[in-house]
Amino acid sequence: MSDEGAALTYQACAGCGARWWFRRERCPTCGRAGPLDRASAGEGTVEAVTVVHRPPSDDWRPYAPYALVLVWLDEEFRAMGLADRGLAIGERVTARSAVRAGNRVPVFGRLGTSAPVIR
Amino acid sequence: MTYLAGSACTRFGDHGGQGTLDLMAEAADAALADAGIERGDVDGLLCGYSTTMPHIMLATVFAEHLGLRPRYCASLQLGGATGLLMAATAHLVVEGGGADRVLVVAGENRRSGQTRDASVQALAQAGHPEHEVVLGATIPAYYGLVASAYLDRFGATEADLAELAVLMRRHASTHPGAHFREAITVADVMASRPVAEPLKLLDCCPVSDGGAAAVLSREALNDHCLEVIGTGQAHTHQHLSAAPSLTEFGAGPSAQAALEQARVPVARVRYAGVYDSFTITLAILLEELGLASRGASGRLAAEGHFSAGGPVPLNTHGGLLSYGHCGVAGAMAHVAELHRQMTGRAGDRQVPGELDVGLLHGDGGVLSSHVTMVVAR
Repeated sequence: MSDEGAALTYQACAGCGARWWFRRERCPTCGRAGPLDRASAGEGTVEAVTVVHRPPSDDWRPYAPYALVLVWLDEEFRAMGLADRGLAIGERVTARSAVRAGNRVPVFGRLGTSAPVIR
Repeated sequence: MTYLAGSACTRFGDHGGQGTLDLMAEAADAALADAGIERGDVDGLLCGYSTTMPHIMLATVFAEHLGLRPRYCASLQLGGATGLLMAATAHLVVEGGGADRVLVVAGENRRSGQTRDASVQALAQAGHPEHEVVLGATIPAYYGLVASAYLDRFGATEADLAELAVLMRRHASTHPGAHFREAITVADVMASRPVAEPLKLLDCCPVSDGGAAAVLSREALNDHCLEVIGTGQAHTHQHLSAAPSLTEFGAGPSAQAALEQARVPVARVRYAGVYDSFTITLAILLEELGLASRGASGRLAAEGHFSAGGPVPLNTHGGLLSYGHCGVAGAMAHVAELHRQMTGRAGDRQVPGELDVGLLHGDGGVLSSHVTMVVAR
């Protein structure tokens, strides 16, 4: 399965089992080279949420105010992403991919409200 | 054994017309005068950085500017913790025999030297470029995230955090050099414009111009010296997304190391200078340092625990939140105020009683890097 389309990817260490979000050449826990690149299923629990009213640049002004969250993913790593409004700490969420201010980024929404699947 | 022998802090606010070196020189000369020594007596120099005068060798530039020829000289960088790092490093340099009289100095015209947008954008680059900055995250956003986790975990409220802003403003009203002195109430804080929820404008420190300096020495240079009896640090992450925990940061281990070295329990602390970039920063640091129980710092502030007349007077100059924040010198203002208070020279602001043990704490990044220093009279 290709992970080119994954909203969220992470890395895992084949040696010590650590998982982490930021791309690195070596495991930040044990230093082993060649971490495994994995696609996250994108599901997890909200740990923190903020709504940004004061954007960092003109690129972000059209989106303000916008929500950011920290999520503990089921694969046991933490990631930050944009989010739908109204999410609370403890809610179950899922990540989708979107383009914001010219960058492809993860956006979290409430789990269970994804678009209907046409069978 | 080293001594905090002199200190000074300029007015913080709008110093339009004075650049980084001007502000640094003003603070440096005042600190040297406070210590009772001349420029020619300085044999060590530690500086930080200035976002309005980015330079890879700021300390050397400043040595040239002041006509100093130090035998130890360096520019340090640790984000918001830089000011206290400079003081702690000066102590270690003197202890190690690198210099006998170290001038520690910072200054920046962060307010008048660049537009507000430019300073927000410069600081926003502190996040991870590929994973966090691309999300439109800002420094207040990282602290907003931390604040949401804190309020959820410890059962505190936004009004509790607001009490810390109110206290800092009350303290600033007693200091003529403070950037913001007009009294505010919890209602004012709660009604102030949202920046990154739950943080509102008055939960955040302002952007100010200013400078501050200190002299750390091998010998007691005058009758108003404090002994540096312990230092500590802790570094757990840089970027918030990589923090090992969202509700426990490095302030505890940093303070523990400093207090153990000082052989003093935290209960003996009679004056505190704690980094307060946001109300949430101050709440978390006070609690992790052991100066308040978890979730209780706002309530304790409301009860007068950290007031000038209370058991642990805190940031009696108004802190970053109201005295102002001009970058590296922002945290050094806490050092200068502690020095004034603990040596009985704070005039109208003087806290009563015997202030024999003081604690200083600074953090940089998003509660990423921590420095603690314990001093005694």
